[in-house]
Order: sequence, then C-alpha cells, then structure tokens
Amino acid sequence: MRDAVGTVQSLLVLGGTSEIAAATARRLVADRARRVVLAARDPAGAEPLAGELRSAGATDVEAVRFDATDFDSHRAFVEEVFDRHGDIDCVLVAFGLLGDQDELMRDEAAAVGVVQSNYAGAVSVSVPLVERLRVQGHGTIVYLSSVAGERARKSNFVYGSSKAGLDAFAQGLGDALQGSGVQVMVVRPGFVRTKMTAGLEEAPLATDADAVAEAIATGLRRSADTVWVPAPLRIVMSALRHLPRPVFRRLDI
Amino acid sequence: MVEARAADAVADAVSGAGARGVLARGLGRSYGDAAQNAGGRVVDMRSLAAVREVDADAGTAVVDAGLSIEQLVRLLVPMGLFPPVVPGTWHVTIGGAIAADVHGKNHHRDGSFCEHVEWLDLLTPQGQRVRVTRSDDRELFEATAGGMGMTGIVLAARLRLLRVESAYVAVDRERAGDLDDAMSRMSERDDDYRYSVAWIDCLARGGRLGRSVLIRGDHADAGAAQRSSSNGALAFPGGARLAAPPWTPSGLLRRSTVRLFNEAYYRAAPAREVGRLEHMRSFFWPLDSVRNWNRIYGPSGFLQYQLVVPQGREDALRGALERLSDAGCPSFLAVLKRFGGQNGLISFPLEGWTLALDVPAALPGLSRLLDGLDELVAEAGGRVYLAKDSRLRPELLPAMYPRLSEWRAIVERLDPAGVMRSDLARRLDLR
Ligand SMILES: Cc1cc2nc3c(=O)[nH]c(=O)nc-3n(C[C@H](O)[C@H](O)[C@H](O)COP(=O)(O)OP(=O)(O)OC[C@H]3O[C@@H](n4cnc5c(N)ncnc54)[C@H](O)[C@@H]3O)c2cc1C
Ligand SMILES: NC(=O)c1ccc[n+]([C@@H]2O[C@H](COP(=O)([O-])OP(=O)(O)OC[C@H]3O[C@@H](n4cnc5c(N)ncnc54)[C@H](OP(=O)(O)O)[C@@H]3O)[C@@H](O)[C@H]2O)c1
Repeated sequence: MRDAVGTVQSLLVLGGTSEIAAATARRLVADRARRVVLAARDPAGAEPLAGELRSAGATDVEAVRFDATDFDSHRAFVEEVFDRHGDIDCVLVAFGLLGDQDELMRDEAAAVGVVQSNYAGAVSVSVPLVERLRVQGHGTIVYLSSVAGERARKSNFVYGSSKAGLDAFAQGLGDALQGSGVQVMVVRPGFVRTKMTAGLEEAPLATDADAVAEAIATGLRRSADTVWVPAPLRIVMSALRHLPRPVFRRLDI
Repeated sequence: MVEARAADAVADAVSGAGARGVLARGLGRSYGDAAQNAGGRVVDMRSLAAVREVDADAGTAVVDAGLSIEQLVRLLVPMGLFPPVVPGTWHVTIGGAIAADVHGKNHHRDGSFCEHVEWLDLLTPQGQRVRVTRSDDRELFEATAGGMGMTGIVLAARLRLLRVESAYVAVDRERAGDLDDAMSRMSERDDDYRYSVAWIDCLARGGRLGRSVLIRGDHADAGAAQRSSSNGALAFPGGARLAAPPWTPSGLLRRSTVRLFNEAYYRAAPAREVGRLEHMRSFFWPLDSVRNWNRIYGPSGFLQYQLVVPQGREDALRGALERLSDAGCPSFLAVLKRFGGQNGLISFPLEGWTLALDVPAALPGLSRLLDGLDELVAEAGGRVYLAKDSRLRPELLPAMYPRLSEWRAIVERLDPAGVMRSDLARRLDLR
C-alpha cells in the first residue's frame, strides 16, 4: 500500500532497462519500496539494477521478460506478475523508442515499430493492468509521456505522435478511473540525458534521469495528475502550443 | 460498503467476502488506513447501535459494537455512570475502541478500554458467533483487544462502568518548566489523580525543552458540581458546535504562529490552579466542539504521530522531543502522558511514557524525521500506535510489538483463508 506520505512499497517497471526507470526505482527504494519487478525485453540486462536495488534494501526484486510489442503475451504477463507478487502500488510505464526521424521516414516498418511500442504497446498492456488494479482497488500508473507529444515538431514527429497518443490515452484513463482508487500520473519530461538521447544536441532546459525520478517521487506524494520535468516546461509548452503554425514551422526545433 | 443493519447482515457480509476480504468500520476515526480495505468489502457498523442492557446496580452495560462513545455518554451520565475509558474524541464506536484497545487520560490508573470489557460477541472469520471472555478464551480475547479488526467483527460487548456524581471534572493545572520537571511531577503525583496529561510545547528548545502544562483531575462530586451548574450536576446539554472557519489560511500553522500560540498558552496557564470545575465535554473532548478543526493545518492536512517508550527509557523520549524541536515541527497539540501496563497481544499501551502530536503533512523532510523517530522508539523498546499510523516501515513492526508472532499464530489459526483484511494490514504485513 502507498502510505500517507505517498511512498510506494511495491513497484512494477515496464521497460526495466530504461535509465529514467532505473533512477526512479533507486529513488523509490531509498524511500521505502521493498518489492520491485523489472520487466524488460532482455531481463539479464536488468540484473545489475536488480542487484543494486537489493543491496539498497529491497527484499524482493525480480527481473522478468516483457516485450511491449508482443501484444498477445500481455494479459498472461500481467496475471503472472500480480499472482506472484501480490498488490502493486505503482506501475511505471517507461519503455519507449525514439528513432531517427529521417530514417523513420525512409523505413515504414521502423516507423510503425516506434508507434507499436510507444503507443499500441502501452494501450495493450494497460488493459489487463487496469483490470487487476481495479480489483485491488488502489495503485498508480505512471506513464512516461513527453513534451514531444504536446506539439508535433518536424524534428521528431513520429515519436511525438506516438507520445501524443499515449498521453491522450493516459489522460482519458485517469478520468475514467476516478473513484476506483486507481490513479494515473502523466509525466512529461523535456530533454533528458540518457542513452535514448546520447549523441543528440541538447535542447534548452535539458535535465537528467535523477531529476525525473525526483519529480516522479514528489508527484506520487502529492497524487499529481501531471508532472513536467523540469517544471517550467509547462509554461514553455503552453506558449509553444499557442504559437501560430507559420511561426512554429520556422522554429528550429 | 455494506451496512450492518443486524447481526445477520454482518454474518452474510463475512461469508460472502471475496478475495479482497472484509473489514468492519466504525466511525472511521483512526487516522490512517486501519478502517479501509481497498478492493474489498467494508461493513459499516454504525447502525448496529442498540443498548441491550444497563445494570445500574452492578455498574455494567451491554451494548452493540456500532454504538458511539457519545451516545453511550449521553445515556449513562444522567444515570450517574460513565464509560471506564474514553479517547480524545467521542466519535468512536465501541467496536473501534475494542479493536484499537483505546486509552484515555486515566491509563496510568485504569488501563485501556478492553480491561473493562467482561465479554464480547465476535463473529469469527469463519462465520461463527462466539462469546469471548477473558478468562475462558484468553487467547482470542487478547488477540481481539487491540487486534485492529483482524480476528473478526465485534458485534456487542459487556462493559464495566465507572460511577460518577456529576458531569464535571475537578481540574488542577500547573506549569512545568522543562521535561524533567514535567516527568518528575507526573511520576510523583499522578497516582493521586484519575486523569492526567501534560500539554507540551514542542517548539521550546534548549533548557526549556519539554516545558508543559500539567492538566490533572477527577470526576467532581455532586456537591461541588451543584454549586456551579444550575441545570443539575449530571446535566448533559447538547450544545451547538463552533465551526473552524473554512477560510482558515494554511499560514495559520506557520512556525512563528504556533510559537506565539504555544507561548501564549503556556503563559496563560496559571502557575498553579486547583479544583477548577470543567464540564466533561470540554475536559475530555475539546476538539469535538470545533468542527473541522483539522482545517487549521491547511489543505494538505496533517499526520498524527503517537509513540510510547518504556519506563526507564526517558532518554529516548527526550531524544524524540529534541529532534522534533530541532526540526521546528509546528504542532499545536502535543500531549505527554504516563501509561500503565499492556493489555492485548498487540495493544499499543506499554508501561512508560507516550507522546502524541499532530504534524502538518507538508512539513519538508517529514518522512525522514518520522522514520528517524520510529527507529529511536523501536531501539528503546517502544512502539507507535497502529490506529494512528499511516507510514511506518513494516520492518520495524516485530521489534515494536514483540508479541506479534504469538498474535499472528492465533490469527492464522482463526482465519487461514485471510478473510479479514485491511489496508493497514497490507501496508504493514501485519498478519
Ligand atoms: C481527534 C481524535 C482523538 C483521538 N484520541 C484518542 C485517544 O485519546 N486515545 C486513543 O486510544 N485513541 C484516540 N484516537 C483514535 C481512535 O480512538 C481510534 O482510532 C478508534 O479505533 C476509532 O474508532 P472508530 O469507531 O472510528 O473505528 P474505525 O476508525 O472505523 O476503525 C478502527 C479499527 O477498528 C476496527 N473496527 C471498528 N469496528 C469494529 C468492530 N465492530 N469489530 C471489529 N473491528 C472493528 C476497524 O476494522 C479498524 O481496524 C483519536 C482519534 C481522533 C480522530
Ligand atoms: N530521454 C529523454 O529525453 C526523454 C524525454 C521524454 C520522455 N522520455 C521517455 O521516457 C521513457 C524512458 O526513456 P529513457 O530516457 O530512460 O530511455 P532509455 O534508457 O533508452 O529507455 C527506454 C527503454 O525502453 C525499452 N524498450 C524499447 N522498446 C521496448 C519494447 N518493445 N519492449 C520493452 N521495452 C522496450 C528499452 O529497452 P531495451 O534495453 O530492450 O532496448 C529501453 O531500456 C521513454 O518512454 C521515453 O520515451 C525520454
């Protein structure tokens, strides 16, 4: 159960090798989380983090196989996690692919791959997930959306559109779950220095995974619906959203 | 949520509980998640509130578990009787008082609520209705007293009552300059009083750490009360409630404000005052006459923290107070009191000193501060109160409640399928 100060006792990470997820898991274990399930395409890749979390005090940590685009496996995957580990206080939906915009526009299969993991994968796993969370009557799903979904940009609109879809889904889901005890938190980071963005030119207000983790922990404590990282991005994006198309188009972003 | 219109409805609710189990709820006055059961069934006990019998000669009453202390007090006082133990709010049910084995200002003398329960009727997790007495079913009685609802649903109980001559309390007040002063005054003279607490100024530091106002008294006799009330000594007027203003700004709880308030309260208390008559309502339940009193803590609310450390570990209490005052933790209500012995297997009271306080949930660094206090308390052989807990680290529970394993074994035998469930139990791996 999440306690009165919002600290989480059990955590399921989808995308257990993500750097943002790793920082968040470390942060939550430092607080109080004791049971952690790291679900990743390559569970062996999540083992070092699992070991680290164990030595930080988590008592029950397991790395399991999960592929966001293997839709048919999602229901059984969710059932198994809940049956084996009991109540889950927080689910972090962290998997995602950025892709290279130019390349994606030359390779439709790759473009669909981005959409399938970031959007369709999230929707697919959420359906059985929500079913189980409704039954337990509590828990928070944290979706890693992105500022890229706020307004499509010519530099990354395949990724951006997939996050826009995810973001809309998560918002609607949060509203639909009102009163069920289950909550949804949408996290919209800007540029975060992780392996996803390695080699890219930093955007203004760039931040790192630990800052996102901290913002997620604070958001959980406050039961926030939406979290921007860093916080001023909310204002920036609101301005960008209202910029007329002809002006926006000329921006080099 | 199922309403308990009759004992049969409770039985149906228990036998039809699903995988997420079932839990009784009284008036929901436990501060944390003790009366919640996410995804499962909750039985609202409030309508099971009959008074079955009052035996004025024997000084006993048989009441349903959903009856509130308020209802009981209003009924009994005009008859010259009073519940043996009352907590700081009268909006609690008999079932809640048993499940948390509540304590009052008289714990040092009279012990906790369940010491005055002759028997209780329990609907067990397996659906049997059993009468549990302390002598014949010692195990089950001690597991139910303070057992936070995990042994089944209490349907009714027979209580031993206290005789009173009036609805007034004769109260002595005196100031204590620091913690040692307060503790030694309490140790020396507490036994002369049925009721005794000290209000502590948590913001006082250094040499004034623990400065407090001692408030002690006993039920006033009829003669004294007659002189001060035109309505008769046992009168219990209804009385409208003052409302805390809805706009009470959260700034009210700024440290400087609390400092001023605490200073004024301390100064306003007489250095010594003897035998002042106070009506029961303001003596026992001052907060109940301020509706929404918790608003003074602002929209983010507050946590209640209550610890007890054993006799002989006064150093740990001092340590806890030092940390609170160093953190500048603003608290209007910090109460120190002496406890007598333990009752149920996982009842909170323990012979020693208890400190209860409200802390604003928005206080920065609050989690770490309280985690640190938990460790200090556990190390000293003390514990925190489950009925008020909302954030304890589960690992500390066995150290705090050394008889937990005995209790768990009983509950496991009684309820192997895990029918009785609560969020508190889930969060703390209680059972
Ligand atoms: C302002 C304030 C002051 C307080 N002061 C004190 C104090 O001085 N001393 C003290 O000891 N406590 C104090 N408390 C705590 C309070 O007395 C306890 O939390 C008490 O249990 C609340 O009773 P309730 O009827 O509201 O029970 P709830 O909060 O509804 O439930 C509390 C627990 O009791 C169980 N329960 C309720 N009814 C039954 C039943 N029929 N059968 C089995 N289990 C049942 C529930 O499952 C739950 O575990 C105070 C609380 C407040 C808000
Ligand atoms: N970094 C940023 O600037 C930024 C900004 C805003 C939002 N975000 C979002 O934050 C989340 C975490 O990103 P990050 O920065 O931590 O990047 P990251 O370290 O690259 O993490 C993304 C993870 O997603 C996993 N993944 C990709 N496809 C998957 C699939 N089909 N099934 C299962 N897992 C899959 C990857 O696992 P493998 O190890 O198997 O490849 C990878 O570990 C992502 O959703 C990202 O879109 C990031």
